[in-house]
Amino acid sequence: MPAQYKLVKCTINGKYTETMVDVRASLTDLLRDDYRLTSVKKGCEVGECGACNVIIDHECFNSCIYLAVWADGKSITTLESLMGPNGELSDIQQAFIDEAAVQCGFCTPGFIMSAVEILESGKEYTRDELRKLMSGHLCRCTGYENILNAVEKTMLRRLGKLPS
Amino acid sequence: MYDMKALYEANTVEEAVKLRMEHPEAQIIAGGSDVLIQMREGKRAGKELISIYMIDEMRGVKLDEEEAIRIGSLTSFSHITKDPIIQEYINVLGEAVDMVGGPQIRNIATIGGNTCNGVTSADSASTLFAWDAVIELTGPEGIRRIPISDFYIKAGTVDIKEGELQTAVIIPKNSYEGYKGHYIKYANRNAMDIATTGCSVNVKLSEDKKTIEDIRIAFGVAGPIPMRTKSAELLAKGQPVSKELAEAFGKEILEDINPRDSWRASKDFRKHIAVEMATRCFIESVKLSGGEI
Amino acid sequence: MIIGKSVTRVDALDKVTGRSKYTDDLCEKNALVAKIYHSTKANGVVTSIDTSEAEKIPGVVKIVTCFDVPKIYFPTAGHPWSTDPSHQDVADRLLLTDRVRFCGDDVAAVIAENEIAAKQAIAALKVEYEEYPFVLDVQEAMADGAPCLHEKYPGNVLGHSSIRKGNLEEAIKEPGLIKVDQWYDTPVVQHCHIENHICFASMENGKISVVSSTQIPHIVRRVVGQALGIPWGSVRIIKPYIGGGFGNKQDALYEPLCAYLSKVVGGRLVKLDVTREETFVSNRTRHAIRSHIISWVRPDGTFAARKLECFSNQGAYASHGHGIAAKGMNAFPQLYPCENIECDAYTVFTNMPVAGAMRGYGIPQAMFPVESQTDDIALAIGMDPVEFRRKNLMPVGYVDGFSKNENYYDTFNQCLEKGKAYIDFDRKRKEYENQTGPVRKGVGCSVFWYNTAVWPISLESASCRMVLNQDGSVQVQLAETEIGQGADTAFAQMTAATLGIPFEMVHVISCQDTDITPFGTGSYASRQTYVGGFAIKQTALLLKERILKYAYELTRMPSFNLDIKDGKIVRTTDGRELMTLGELSTEALYSLSHSEHLTSESTYQIKSNAYSFGCCFAEVEVDIPMCKVKLVNIINVHDCGQLINPALAEAQVHGGMSMGIGYALSEQLLIDAKTGKTLNDNLLDYKLSTTMDHPHLEAQFVENYEPTSAFGTKSLGEPPACPVAPAIRNAILNATGVSMYQIPMTSQALFKRFKEEELF
Repeated sequence: MPAQYKLVKCTINGKYTETMVDVRASLTDLLRDDYRLTSVKKGCEVGECGACNVIIDHECFNSCIYLAVWADGKSITTLESLMGPNGELSDIQQAFIDEAAVQCGFCTPGFIMSAVEILESGKEYTRDELRKLMSGHLCRCTGYENILNAVEKTMLRRLGKLPS
Repeated sequence: MYDMKALYEANTVEEAVKLRMEHPEAQIIAGGSDVLIQMREGKRAGKELISIYMIDEMRGVKLDEEEAIRIGSLTSFSHITKDPIIQEYINVLGEAVDMVGGPQIRNIATIGGNTCNGVTSADSASTLFAWDAVIELTGPEGIRRIPISDFYIKAGTVDIKEGELQTAVIIPKNSYEGYKGHYIKYANRNAMDIATTGCSVNVKLSEDKKTIEDIRIAFGVAGPIPMRTKSAELLAKGQPVSKELAEAFGKEILEDINPRDSWRASKDFRKHIAVEMATRCFIESVKLSGGEI
Repeated sequence: MIIGKSVTRVDALDKVTGRSKYTDDLCEKNALVAKIYHSTKANGVVTSIDTSEAEKIPGVVKIVTCFDVPKIYFPTAGHPWSTDPSHQDVADRLLLTDRVRFCGDDVAAVIAENEIAAKQAIAALKVEYEEYPFVLDVQEAMADGAPCLHEKYPGNVLGHSSIRKGNLEEAIKEPGLIKVDQWYDTPVVQHCHIENHICFASMENGKISVVSSTQIPHIVRRVVGQALGIPWGSVRIIKPYIGGGFGNKQDALYEPLCAYLSKVVGGRLVKLDVTREETFVSNRTRHAIRSHIISWVRPDGTFAARKLECFSNQGAYASHGHGIAAKGMNAFPQLYPCENIECDAYTVFTNMPVAGAMRGYGIPQAMFPVESQTDDIALAIGMDPVEFRRKNLMPVGYVDGFSKNENYYDTFNQCLEKGKAYIDFDRKRKEYENQTGPVRKGVGCSVFWYNTAVWPISLESASCRMVLNQDGSVQVQLAETEIGQGADTAFAQMTAATLGIPFEMVHVISCQDTDITPFGTGSYASRQTYVGGFAIKQTALLLKERILKYAYELTRMPSFNLDIKDGKIVRTTDGRELMTLGELSTEALYSLSHSEHLTSESTYQIKSNAYSFGCCFAEVEVDIPMCKVKLVNIINVHDCGQLINPALAEAQVHGGMSMGIGYALSEQLLIDAKTGKTLNDNLLDYKLSTTMDHPHLEAQFVENYEPTSAFGTKSLGEPPACPVAPAIRNAILNATGVSMYQIPMTSQALFKRFKEEELF
């Protein structure tokens, strides 16, 4: 059986790309292997841990269970895109540092990308709502406490309810 | 990398039907949150897939000419929850599918995929049973509509004929008008879990809010496929609202349910919580309808 | 003062930008892929393997079976090696085995050009077995006629140890004693680090090099050498960032096999990426331990005598073995000293997945029965559970005869006070008396103590190297690995404090490479800050001495009148800053009269240990008809000595509490009694807590400086996981009046007990 390929045209971290994709590939495979975007982590490969989470057209998806060919025509964002051109960290990255929300760091990229989607909504959520919005990620190091602090504080800062 | 033999992509319903006819052995993949996992496990390894994920005409919720709620089969759970039509007329469905997995899963998983799986634990299914949903299938002969109770044949098997695909889930107006409902998912975790048992109840109260004019109840994981418990419905229909009625209604479901023993939960435990869930769903639905209990 | 300051983690920036490289991120794309065929039988012998179909699959490079590998038995436990054969770890593993002892044992391996070919080839192997009866239950495995797993261990008992003190037989004759007699069970759980174990191997310069997600690179080097029968120096292990370990990666997992597979394909690059399912079944688990405790208590709340028997389920291979059960048992008489004690611990082989090290190393398994019984006793004699503890806990001044650990401070009372105050314990105990409704609340507590490092059971030493750069900054290397806990940051703080240089001028080299990194045994036993601290202090002082000696040459001031403060050479007599460390270092390196590269390296062997203490208080809401527990409030209080970095310490406690909550309420690896197969080898069916399963996690500290320690520290990595489950259990008891005797206290388990106690 000869391998089957498809030309996938999509935007990755703001840059238009064209890639010949093996139709059997997951989006994780495409991002990690073809573009070396290694913030996209493999923790379970079945959508249970959230380590491979990326944003596709403003919504979060576990890229391990998303076929790479489906990326055609879409805009994909990974953690690598958050830093500014001169090395400025985004507020949510800084908050993860300040709140000691990082330990082994393996789940961190996925969590931050979910936080980005939450923060971009511009809404104010309660702590419990944030727990639900972050519940697609597993972390074994932090007990989630400082991660939730980082997201909550960034949300409040963006809403002007906490000094920067 | 997934071990698939070939991938056929459809961009329209018409193309999908054509591909279904050409590749009768191929498995349909919608969001893939079940199919890809089974493929990785080996269950569907080496199979051909027909991807319908790109068929945008199968997405979205709208009211049709008869004011039935029409949910395109590829509508993701998160979009169902956020949809204003759902929120206005059948909010419980949005709440039920908001308990599936976690946020990323709810962004990829579709209501069509959830029902076509034929599994009893599907969070959408018990609510759809309880609201007398109609399944729309499109095939080479055109469109076919069947009640959801007929759609489910046995565990893992649904009524999709050669060349067909499920294109919509429909809640007719007489099914939702005047009803309010509540869903309880019983699981071991508060997120990222499958239901040990799911219970969905909806009621229509009399104008004075004192009598149960109509009531419908359905369970997931109380049998091999989602099911209604008609004995309980019969018991409560036409009766005055009371706490005693809620409890009697709850107990009556034992007449119909038949959960099994498995390593996930024992039969007697499932029966115990099912009674409690039915009672609580009853009370909550009555309250949502403006009744007092 | 940099010690005690919550400075930012040294690796935080890289980790929030996705730059930190983990094993898979470093592997070349063209690596060959290895997959393992695992036994589908719980006990038996592989009689044949037909590889013909598998070999036909395009992309398959080589298939290696149990009949091909050398018959060299090797140990896997991440313990320091012992040169005394009687203290060496049990060597019972082969790279691949025909004598299979659990469903998941390693039988054959495929090397292929890609993952799909490897997976297809594994599925195409035709393996035939001669099946033996199998045994999963620990006590059934000890019974006469049980299937024997290892010829060397007839009866399946891998280890048995006991403690005898006083005269139990006589003591229990005392009139008026109240006897509390109960069995308790803890489950098999798994570490669930989010990065699965992964390694890749290749040969270069005649050496086998393995990049691996491990906690213990130097130990793994030795084990790879042993397993392949090659000189240990010809093995190189590199450990980059790792996505958590929690003890699972304190074993040589698949590094030996991966190295071997590379070797059989001529040293080509081979990657072995373990799936989540394999992590659950074929790595390591936490020992399930069944404990039987009988206490004879006087009405005044003192112990007359106590008896403990514990049965530890080892699974199919020895790994860390009896050390876990023995540690748990030893905690018992020290926590509540009693004149008359009989303890026995047994570690027993069964056909279960292999148990090894996991955060807490036997103490979570011991604290559940011990602290559950503490509350059962308090209830039986009508005493407040905290007061009963205060009356019996290890007193101030207590010294353990074996470890020589001493309880220097009134730590337990200090911790209990903080915990009680936070949870409002006394008021709530009163408020929650006589509840009758369907939903009831309760509060509970538990205490624990923990060791720091492994002395005197095993070697404790650490080595450190420091190199002064031209600018006066310092590189620091240790073999004690960063595994997420924040060791690198604590090491940098210790170095800065000892040398007298700014924190920013310390560069800890995070990656361990056994060709480069000084020898050390790695991260485990909550030893890093304690043991590493000695080596850091000694090495830094050595470097400082050399710097000041060189400063004498440049300033003609005697070294003993000089010091380094904030990166500057300072004359202590008048405080004058004579030069910066950078100026000195540049001169030292490039001087035409006396050029010297200022470095230091030293090993510190530690012959001490330290008691770490703490407690947990929990509050629950129990929905009785729904058989549901909601944890509404929880606090851990720890005395781990001086805090090096309070924010990281707090974060460490959160993680341990989370693990403890899962242990209490939801986590359990289930094995099918009919087949021996694991039923829930994935993160959906294995119920690790999500963000929605926790309340706020409160972490507080009591800082009693540890006198035996270089920086006043003692263990904190593992302790937070130790007291949580019994505190929650005791809160459920307080709410419902029902004692639970096993964890996890799932809804199904509560249903069973509530029914037995006729709550509905």
